[in-house]
Amino acid sequence: MLVAPLLLFVLFSFIVPIASMLFRSVENGIVQDTLPLTVEALQNWDETTGELPDEAVYDAFVRDMIVAIDNKTHTRLGSRLNYEETGMSSMFRRSGRKLGKMDPETDGPFKDQVIEIHDGWGDPNTWAVIKTHSPAVTNGYFLNAVDMRRTPEGAQSQPEDKQILIKLFGRTLFMSLVITGSCILLAYPVSYLLANLPMRVSNLLMILVLLPFWTSLLVRTSAWKVMLQQQGVINETLVWLGLVADDARLVIINNQIGTIVAMTHILLPFMILPMYSVMQTIPPTYTRAAKSMGATNWTTFWRIYFPQSIPGIGAGSILVFILAIGYYITPEIVGGTKGVFISNRIAYHISSSLNWGLAAALGTILLAVVMLLYWCYDKIVGIDNVKLG
Amino acid sequence: MSNDAAFVEFQRVQKSYDGEVLVVKDLNLSLPKGEFLTMLGPSGSGKTTCLMMLAGFETATHGEIMLDGRPINNIPPHKRGIGMVFQNYALFPHMTVAENLSFPLEVRKMGKDQREEKVKRALDMVQMGAFGSRRPAQLSGGQQQRIALARALVFEPELVLMDEPLGALDKQLREHMQFEITRLAHELGITTVYVTHDQTEALTMSDRVAVFDDGRIQQLAPPDLLYEEPENSFVAQFIGENNTLEGVVKSIDGDSCVVALDDGSEIDAKPVNVHKAGDRTKVSIRPERVEFNKERLHADAHTLKATVKEFIYMGDVFRFRLSVAGNDEFIIKTRNAPDAVKLQPGQEVEIGWLAHDCRALDA
Repeated sequence: MLVAPLLLFVLFSFIVPIASMLFRSVENGIVQDTLPLTVEALQNWDETTGELPDEAVYDAFVRDMIVAIDNKTHTRLGSRLNYEETGMSSMFRRSGRKLGKMDPETDGPFKDQVIEIHDGWGDPNTWAVIKTHSPAVTNGYFLNAVDMRRTPEGAQSQPEDKQILIKLFGRTLFMSLVITGSCILLAYPVSYLLANLPMRVSNLLMILVLLPFWTSLLVRTSAWKVMLQQQGVINETLVWLGLVADDARLVIINNQIGTIVAMTHILLPFMILPMYSVMQTIPPTYTRAAKSMGATNWTTFWRIYFPQSIPGIGAGSILVFILAIGYYITPEIVGGTKGVFISNRIAYHISSSLNWGLAAALGTILLAVVMLLYWCYDKIVGIDNVKLG
Repeated sequence: MSNDAAFVEFQRVQKSYDGEVLVVKDLNLSLPKGEFLTMLGPSGSGKTTCLMMLAGFETATHGEIMLDGRPINNIPPHKRGIGMVFQNYALFPHMTVAENLSFPLEVRKMGKDQREEKVKRALDMVQMGAFGSRRPAQLSGGQQQRIALARALVFEPELVLMDEPLGALDKQLREHMQFEITRLAHELGITTVYVTHDQTEALTMSDRVAVFDDGRIQQLAPPDLLYEEPENSFVAQFIGENNTLEGVVKSIDGDSCVVALDDGSEIDAKPVNVHKAGDRTKVSIRPERVEFNKERLHADAHTLKATVKEFIYMGDVFRFRLSVAGNDEFIIKTRNAPDAVKLQPGQEVEIGWLAHDCRALDA
């Protein structure tokens, strides 16, 4: 009973949206719902012949469109099909008015009239697209998400110039790895100090770690923008010191370097905190024992201290990697075009191109990748070894 | 003993952590090769600090620590070659028992065959030969203790330090391990410095015991002398059970003195660190040396009136709590022998003792 409020909250704010996202990535009822007669009539047409469908299809199409235009759903269908074939949206919009004025009972036959309205209707490919995307459940979004598309001949690769998503996934994974790696390198010594310095000093250091953590993400990212730009603090200083020529300022923003630097800084506390809490539990007697047995400082560290701090590295890495892989704001601001992540693409499809199905498919793949990595980690390192406190 | 024979020596060692308070004050101590010395004292008395200075984990603020004739103040811990057993064993959790034991040999760049042989011998020595492939977490407290001991001995150090190694064990196991540790130490002829706050442990194991309090050694003596002839009231109180009566020295006559207790009654005592009539003193008498059979005392011995408050049956001994000269916590112990007298609570008795069993110490 006591967990019921939280349970309901999680259910409605978390589980339901995720389920609807998973559903949206395969859902494709719009073609069938808007053009039911046409879809049925197209079943008798063989799209591989390269010939136009017969009068029955055009007849059904006009009947469907008249209903759709009344309900103003034909433009939405146009946008949907536009994801698959550019130009479809304007075709539907422009044909709308004239098709709406037709009377299906008296004005037939329609084939030539419809082609007259927009010559796109005279292209067999248009009808092939409609037929290919007519099933209510489609794998089209997922194929798109991995740079492929649904065609009458089955799944095929997108044309070269449209293949960006796989590359983007790869880049997201690679950059997340680099960010996680640099977080480990930077966080380990700091955590070690935090765990081994006297209480008073380490508390002060802890505040220095937490202070940026409490600062707004946007503020920190914008600060990096100020630091990294061509006329920014770093470049100005380097030029002033004479290390860099004025006309050869470093390009360290709006590319991968910018994203990596800013995100490493922003995610660093998520690495330091779990590392610190694990290191804190390593009793100093272990190092003392090792030294009393004749081990040098380095051997003691490498053979005794480091192996026991690995769970902290593991916990921090999982946390940072999973956070990094879905990061959005920072790459958006400092990443330019070369340093953006897959999440930025998802956001683009959600808010600009309105291709929610593709966004959902990309999101689902991202979720699956994270879960797969998590599973691998559990197999290799064991999730029991992860300690957050 | 002469300084030449000393294997470990503290010379006027002082230690302060904050630069103001001395945790160890002017420590002088030397022990010969092969001795089992225990540092005994309450917590905060400086005994562990002394051990850590010897191991090299703390540096002396003043004075010199010598090992085998060489000053070691500037030698880092890993070059001192001192074996150490820690309070919580400090077995490395990510290594097996055999790897734990092998570690000190590996850092000494010993060959694999030799290592395996020594590890096996060390494990057999503590009767843990079958446990080499286990992890420390899979062992009981007593077994971990044995492994820790074996690990401290496996590289054959001449000096072994032990920091309250038996603190976490139950009573029976502790007694058994006390015996094991002393046996091993004597068999191998190693010099041992053992730190504990348990006086029974100190008395049963050691060749000599150094009683620490307030950063100083209060007394350094073999166990029997420590118990029977404590040199000051701290040692008398700390070692074994002890009855204390407070008063003023009335007269001193060579080996014996008369002490007037605070309630006006007089007793006989042996002057230990009182010097003249009028000195305040705490007299100390062991519970088993109190007599209530008048025939065993001198005819002219002073006696005290006492009221029995409580009788405690402890099996091998009877323990009585009495009210004597205003002290309600006066304890007497008698052996449970066929002719033993059982005093009943409320009974009035007369008690006394031989003058040399009652020591007049500092107030």
